[in-house]
Amino acid sequence: MLFERFKNEVDDILSRYPVKRSALLPLLNLAQREEGFVSESAMQEIAKILDLTPAQVFETVTFYTMFNLKPIGKFHLQVCKSLMCALVGSDDVVVWIQKKLGIAQGQTTADNLFTLSVVECLGSCGTGPMMQVNDDYYEQLSEEKVGRVLDDLKRDGTCSLKTGPFMYPQPLAK
Amino acid sequence: MATYEKILLKNMEQPGYTGSLADYEGTGGYRALRTVLKDMQPDQVIEVVKKSGLRGRGGAGFPTGVKWGFIPKNHPGPKYLCCNADESEPGTFKDRQLMERDPHQMLEGMAITCFAIGAQTAYIYIRGEFRLGAKILEQALQEAYAAGYLGDNILGSGLRINIYVHLGAGAYICGEETALLESLEGKRGMPRFKPPFPATHGLYQNPTVVNNVETMANIPHIINRGGEWFASIGSPPKSCGTRVFCLSGHVKRPGNYETPMGITFRELIYDLGGGMRSDKPLKAFIPGGASAPFLTPDHLDVKMDFESVALAGSMLGSGGVTVMEEGTNMVWAALRLMEFFYHESCGKCTPCREGTSWLVQTLQRIWNKRGRPEDIGVLDELCGNIPGRTVCAFGDAAVSPIVSTLHHWRGEYEALIREAQETMPRNKEIPVFTH
Repeated sequence: MLFERFKNEVDDILSRYPVKRSALLPLLNLAQREEGFVSESAMQEIAKILDLTPAQVFETVTFYTMFNLKPIGKFHLQVCKSLMCALVGSDDVVVWIQKKLGIAQGQTTADNLFTLSVVECLGSCGTGPMMQVNDDYYEQLSEEKVGRVLDDLKRDGTCSLKTGPFMYPQPLAK
Repeated sequence: MATYEKILLKNMEQPGYTGSLADYEGTGGYRALRTVLKDMQPDQVIEVVKKSGLRGRGGAGFPTGVKWGFIPKNHPGPKYLCCNADESEPGTFKDRQLMERDPHQMLEGMAITCFAIGAQTAYIYIRGEFRLGAKILEQALQEAYAAGYLGDNILGSGLRINIYVHLGAGAYICGEETALLESLEGKRGMPRFKPPFPATHGLYQNPTVVNNVETMANIPHIINRGGEWFASIGSPPKSCGTRVFCLSGHVKRPGNYETPMGITFRELIYDLGGGMRSDKPLKAFIPGGASAPFLTPDHLDVKMDFESVALAGSMLGSGGVTVMEEGTNMVWAALRLMEFFYHESCGKCTPCREGTSWLVQTLQRIWNKRGRPEDIGVLDELCGNIPGRTVCAFGDAAVSPIVSTLHHWRGEYEALIREAQETMPRNKEIPVFTH
């Protein structure tokens, strides 16, 4: 059982809300963090914890685009395609990734490392084109930078090019 | 180039400023909260904010103090504050910077707001993609609890204020205040019918204030320096204070720029943003996030305050300014935004759910040179049948890219359709739309 392993965390989440159902999104986020997607058994468990029917959990899960109902690759590449990023070349980013990894939108590489999604605005419009990989943002992408990110992720599981606490433009030195 | 005193971005632009509690306190942080607890009554705080003329920074621009004043004083149950950190309006990326670089500024604003409206519990509803922001806020909350600024007895005053971070999971509509509340209750994030308004029937049907991150970040400064001071900045009396404008698109220096309200778009785009990134001239710009109708170079000298932009036929909205250079096809631009709205329509109201889908199909047809002569009429009719016929303002926002581009650049639509008529093979089936 997934949530037994995280009893303290679940209790902490439940303590934050006067109504149990509010803990639904946090618990789903927890499930996806641990398993990479929201499994049916996780939804059943959550329903029990929150005194909901499985259908109530399922109807909520399917509303939110960030929940994966099927397993995906270890690294979820999400490229923003909304207008602001499109103006500065987000369509090229998709092509670069396709060229490098040989996968189209919605597909996963054979080694199960990368899944490519094309998504709507991620709130990074001044520093596009950009993509989110799992929890991290990579911004102002060029073909070379995309290549480095993918190589680093494959080799090290992480990449130093990710954005830290955001500020743009950087203040000019005085 | 004129320089302006910054309020919200001032600390974070100091070299070495990390946004830690020690750094924030070093710049006078949490002084406003001490003042409020020691010397002020909740009503006095609301009065100061009313006097400041502060209006919501999320997009709708509702006067903050007035909103607080709607919270019933004699409500027997709990009251809530929700900070809207869902920042999902395309073109907007200011809250991300405010949260990640100076989290205590908004936390102090939230604590003061809780005091003013009598709330003991507050939630920060942050969009699911902002994992780093959520982590930074959690760390800042730990610091604030440890220092006694939050908790069951803040600064020894006997007051209890608890703030929690709540991550969303990818839904633009959850930035709409009632959809945010539904989502926070663990449901599908679909807007509620108003009235009743959140001020009386909000989270768990209790009185609730929903305020944007930037709105909250302004509060400590208003307390410290007074409502009159704030009301003297910008374009009083309707547009007081500064805004953090988010500049994106075909400009040399995109990014967040804080200025008093009332500078012109020309100043923002050409002085602060360095002008167009190539030698192509400006063709169009969106003045306030994806929901705001497009404007043209003729509007560059419009002042960036609520009233002036509304008079020009658009809105200041979330403060996200997106610039497009000559050569950008406006049908394509409208299509890109329309695909966003189609994807994000929550599906509750038929005109919006079905209408956005038809609009995307029609635009795709025109853009792919399969348009029919009657398609512009179809767009006009659809755009007239969605606004005002939905529960929330999403329907009004969704048609604005098409209505405004049709208004200013109708010729581009006609040219694509004409081309289609000349080149399209007859009696061939129109490709079926798939998304």
